[in-house]
Amino acid sequence: MDLLHYPFMVRALIAAALVGITAPAIGTYLVQRRQAVMGDGLGHVAMTGVALGFLLNTSPVWMATLVAVLGAVVMEMIRSRGKTSGDVALAMLFYGGLAGGVMIINMAPGGSTTNLLSAMFGSITTVSTQDVTAVVILAAFVIAVTIGLRRQLFAVCQDEEFARVTGLPVRALNLLIAVTAAITVTVAMRIVGLLLVSAMMVIPVAAAQRLTRGFAATLGLAIAISLTVSLTGTAVTYYIDVPSGATIVLFAIGVFMVMTALSTPLARRRAKAARVAEEVCTRDDVKV
Amino acid sequence: MESGTAASAAEQPVISLRGATASLGSRPVLRGVDLTVRRGEVVALLGANGSGKSTAVRAVVGQVPLSDGTLSLFGTDFKRFRQWSRIGYVPQRTTAASGVPATVREVVSAGRLARSRFGVLRKADRIAVERALDLVDMNTHADASVNALSGGQHQRVLIARALAVEPELLIMDEPMAGVDLANQEVLAKAVRRQVAAGTTVLLVLHELGPLEPLIDRAVVLRDGCVVHDGPPPQAVGQHALPGHDHVHPHAAHDAEPLRTGLLS
Repeated sequence: MDLLHYPFMVRALIAAALVGITAPAIGTYLVQRRQAVMGDGLGHVAMTGVALGFLLNTSPVWMATLVAVLGAVVMEMIRSRGKTSGDVALAMLFYGGLAGGVMIINMAPGGSTTNLLSAMFGSITTVSTQDVTAVVILAAFVIAVTIGLRRQLFAVCQDEEFARVTGLPVRALNLLIAVTAAITVTVAMRIVGLLLVSAMMVIPVAAAQRLTRGFAATLGLAIAISLTVSLTGTAVTYYIDVPSGATIVLFAIGVFMVMTALSTPLARRRAKAARVAEEVCTRDDVKV
Repeated sequence: MESGTAASAAEQPVISLRGATASLGSRPVLRGVDLTVRRGEVVALLGANGSGKSTAVRAVVGQVPLSDGTLSLFGTDFKRFRQWSRIGYVPQRTTAASGVPATVREVVSAGRLARSRFGVLRKADRIAVERALDLVDMNTHADASVNALSGGQHQRVLIARALAVEPELLIMDEPMAGVDLANQEVLAKAVRRQVAAGTTVLLVLHELGPLEPLIDRAVVLRDGCVVHDGPPPQAVGQHALPGHDHVHPHAAHDAEPLRTGLLS
């Protein structure tokens, strides 16, 4: 493990591990309520933050967090209104964020669109010590929310109306999900990149549910898959000169395909078992 | 908790909806609905599609804002009502599967959030969940994915989730819709046991079906107005319905059958 002798590599692996855990942790809830593209939109919005950080000479990670969180609040407001025009409003938010980022970075002295590339696709060599501190703090928040409040968030994403009638603060929890997704986007920025972060929120979850039947199991397996491909992908970029984000995402897609191949016979067996159970159950019903 | 003597609390209606009006968009759906449910009663809300019966129960649980009128639950004005653990709610079942699988037990456990809003599932929570699964005969399916269930089984899960709350008031929106006869019997048995234990029930029904013997009172809505509040109407064939709507507050068995919209 000579790669651990290099401090930049250690920082990259720490950041990769945290991306691996946080992206599917919030992604599971987003997928559950069919909001899988939310991460993608927030990634676009965060671009304005990265450019602002460059322009104002402050940390791009914290600036991206600030802008993405604001974007998430607006997105949640649009979503909760449930208007059909919401799609158009979201498109304006996403592409406004991207265009704003490109515009601002070109206005910055010495800045050009190429400065955004590492934020778009991730690059392990850009993870600074300050970045690691920021990512650790942000990831701790994401993990605390997604694991600590999993029962509440599950209820809200599964059946919002029922959740409200149990007295849960549904509006606050919805906002929390949006803000947590925004924070996850910036956690993933350095390693996976803003344009690929959504893949890590969705693909490990899709892969996991090929084999799982329950929510907790899906959440756990998705995190395990994502953590594995994040660390593997990051390690690979030490030996081969390829961008980390693309490597990790392609690995994740590979795992998804393997899981799909594995699950086909399993699904067939389960369908058969369900049919048998159905017959047993019907006999029970008659007895009652 | 509202203060008050035990005697006055017992007399207070569990649900009191007065002059409720509500609109969906610009369309008025409730136009002055009065609905009172007393402790231990089993009340069915009947009416044709679009009569406002679903909107009425959703208004009772605060999911449809009232443009006028008052609502109180357990004697507390709705704005100050916080005792959600006294209510078990079964929303209308949607066929849309959620994006991530969930087991039957996970869904039913969500009902316990009404009682333990923070922290993990305690032993009492687990016992209540198992009991609720038993009540609807779904304990053998506890670890199955809800997406793999039939419509009737899914409905049993939603009722178990409401029963896991251990509610004093059970509110159900079309619990029998799309449920086959065998499953309807299981559901009726579960509701019967709850009623025997003293639970108050308000439910929206399209037809009385196997629950008929349990129902104390029927409230029939038409075009957002109450057109009947009394004994459950006898189910009659569509062509036997009279041309006019006869509202009879003390409808006896010899009264004319009401047009309930049950079959329209």
